[in-house]
Amino acid sequence: MTDASWPLYEVFVRGKRGLNHVHVGSLHAPDDEMALRNARDLYTRRNEGVSIWVVRADAITASSPDEKDPFFAPSGDKVYRHPTFYAIPDDVPHL
Amino acid sequence: MDLEREFERVVAAEHRVEPRDWMPDGYRKTLVRQIAQHAHSEIIGMQPEGNWIGRAPSLRRKAILLAKVQDEAGHGLYLYAAAETLGADRAELTRNLVEGRQKYSSIFNYPTLTFADVGVIGWLVDGAAICNQVPLCRTSYGPYARAMIRVCKEESFHQRQGYELLMTMMRGTPAQREMVQDAVDRWWWPSLMMFGPPDAESANTEQSMRWRIKRHTNDELRQRFVDMTVPQAERLGVTLPDPALAWNAERGHHDFGEIDWAEFWRVVKGDGPCNAERVAHRRQAHEDGAWVREAAAAYAAKKRERAV
Ligand SMILES: [Fe+2]
Ligand SMILES: [Fe+2]
Repeated sequence: MTDASWPLYEVFVRGKRGLNHVHVGSLHAPDDEMALRNARDLYTRRNEGVSIWVVRADAITASSPDEKDPFFAPSGDKVYRHPTFYAIPDDVPHL
Repeated sequence: MDLEREFERVVAAEHRVEPRDWMPDGYRKTLVRQIAQHAHSEIIGMQPEGNWIGRAPSLRRKAILLAKVQDEAGHGLYLYAAAETLGADRAELTRNLVEGRQKYSSIFNYPTLTFADVGVIGWLVDGAAICNQVPLCRTSYGPYARAMIRVCKEESFHQRQGYELLMTMMRGTPAQREMVQDAVDRWWWPSLMMFGPPDAESANTEQSMRWRIKRHTNDELRQRFVDMTVPQAERLGVTLPDPALAWNAERGHHDFGEIDWAEFWRVVKGDGPCNAERVAHRRQAHEDGAWVREAAAAYAAKKRERAV
């Protein structure tokens, strides 16, 4: 049995205008154009999206294996970037 | 060991394990086997209903059935993609299926004799699948859980179109009503078998529950399915073929009769009415498609060369 194996693509879908593209899964396709067509048939059969990105999985550079290790530490200790860092009395409206 | 403790902490805290995390070999192997079997079931599951696409009694039913079978293909692909995040090779998964090294749900080894079977499959078989799949939306492995969320969203259409089809036939002629009852008689017990062997004999359940891959035992899910289905059968006007089926007020559940486990194991081991046919059909489709895969790859290679 022959297996002409096609490369793996990751698929990102924008659910509707105003939202970011979100990773939804992956698929195999012979080229970019077919990947886009297959992505439409596979991941948006019910109007799940208004725009699709496909990218070859081997073109993605990712942070190291553990999803939350020292790579994310620089933001981990900057609690002052979050609104909850600041104590505001309850009687101040709209803040 | 540190990595193992971290893994156990993530799982116990109800966090999701993601593809690039360290995980025990057994966890990875269990998941690959389970997800692959699940994917194969969706793919083989296209055949019993696919048999009726050309013979659907109206354009409306044909369009619905086509959409349903296409969804099942999609479910198979979501799941293959999830298995690949664990390092499984896609081509090898297909080989494992067509060469009989990996299994799929035995329910698809039963034939679809009349159009009422299409309705009963939607109602009972997709119904049982939903019972199994809803808890899997919270399974500990992230990509599997996310695939199941997509699948579950689509399954409710499958079950409802089946039930509606049956309601329509039940409003028809006596012959049509008989056809529905006959289909229910044939599919009821195999549907109960879809939840797998009884807990006492289920080898993998305990470890899978500890790893939070599974959240309920086979018998718990089977009971839930029976309880959900009995009132639906009453409303439809069909009889479930089990004289022992009765409400047990003390337990707050329906009691039901003994499942023929000898038949279950016979079909699992390859001796069901359609095992050979299903696998042969899948193999043929895969082989017939080889030239398309090759041609598309050759075309892509040529385009790449020209672009340089
Ligand atoms: Fe499905
Ligand atoms: Fe389904």
